[in-house]
Amino acid sequence: MSDPLETALRDAARSLPVADAAGAGRRRARRAADEGLLDVAYATADSPLGPLLLAATERGVVRLAFDTAEREAVLEQLARRVSPRVLEAPTRLDPARRQLEEFFAGRRRAFDVPLDLRLADGFRRRVLEATAAVPYGGRTTYTAVAGAAGSPRGVRAAGTALAVNPLAVFVPCHRVLPASGALGGYAGGPERKRWLLELEGGGAPTASRNDGGATVR
Amino acid sequence: MALPPFQRFVDRHGVAVRRFLAASVGPTDADDVLQETMIAALRAYPTLPASTDLRAWVFTIANRKAIDLHRARARRAVPVATVPEPLPAFAGAGTGPPVPEEPELWSAVRRLPPKMRAAVTLRFAVELSHAEIGTVLGCSEEAARRSLHEGLKRLREGWDR
Repeated sequence: MSDPLETALRDAARSLPVADAAGAGRRRARRAADEGLLDVAYATADSPLGPLLLAATERGVVRLAFDTAEREAVLEQLARRVSPRVLEAPTRLDPARRQLEEFFAGRRRAFDVPLDLRLADGFRRRVLEATAAVPYGGRTTYTAVAGAAGSPRGVRAAGTALAVNPLAVFVPCHRVLPASGALGGYAGGPERKRWLLELEGGGAPTASRNDGGATVR
Repeated sequence: MALPPFQRFVDRHGVAVRRFLAASVGPTDADDVLQETMIAALRAYPTLPASTDLRAWVFTIANRKAIDLHRARARRAVPVATVPEPLPAFAGAGTGPPVPEEPELWSAVRRLPPKMRAAVTLRFAVELSHAEIGTVLGCSEEAARRSLHEGLKRLREGWDR
């Protein structure tokens, strides 16, 4: 026979009011920012390339991931490598989201938001910095980028650095192609790379390596 | 194994913490105390060892914030020259229904002394184990059982008067 008081307490627990989680989340994000505790803010954004996950520290945008990457893995990486204070806080990402929207719509050619490159260091960071110098509609090769990063024979390493570019689109690794004339790799997949190159008006090679074209170095 | 991103920690424990607070401080103040709890947790979060029992930890903070609020309310209370109000009489104890309605029962729980109040709310609002209740209260599992037992005993004494 169950105790009536304990039964009453359990029933009473079930009837406790439910919270407005979304509202509380927004207030929490604002309060965290006000108190200097919002080490990493993240938000999602729709785009012609599918949903994007964006994250920013107080220094700047630190991550852009396509939905090819697992969201939980991206957030866990940020918790591990930047700070565990990772909160959904869209406000900090508003300028970046706005500029991305303009970029995808063809109304913007260069980004004007501070970037935080802390997820790449040493050679990888130099690769990203060299890549960031390639202008809208321009192209370069893995070989050229490796050279600009101080390691002219480190072509494969440059390829790897770009494959793990934490800031796709902002750091335009889509503008880096193999000297062979093929499309080359892209963390977001070949369709996204092709889409971005066509957006910028340069046209895009097919992924095929057997096009018989001259090898230009 | 590293600490989860704080957002995931909130997603996992926020509902239960708020339910505990709705029971402990009442629904009106629960949101504010939840906010205070989560901001305090956020502040301390990076200092935690990765192996921390995050559920017990967050309830420890929530319980402290709830106690703070209870103390603040007690300080604001206007003193009157009467004996303390007895727990409300619940009809039908021991014989089954009718049982008290939710607001009345939780009001009675809220009037318990802090340790008993915490033990009862942690057990029935969020179903923590005796061991976890001990962790939250900073006492042994046995002492937690005793607090819970005493709290229930006092609530029963308010029945059928």
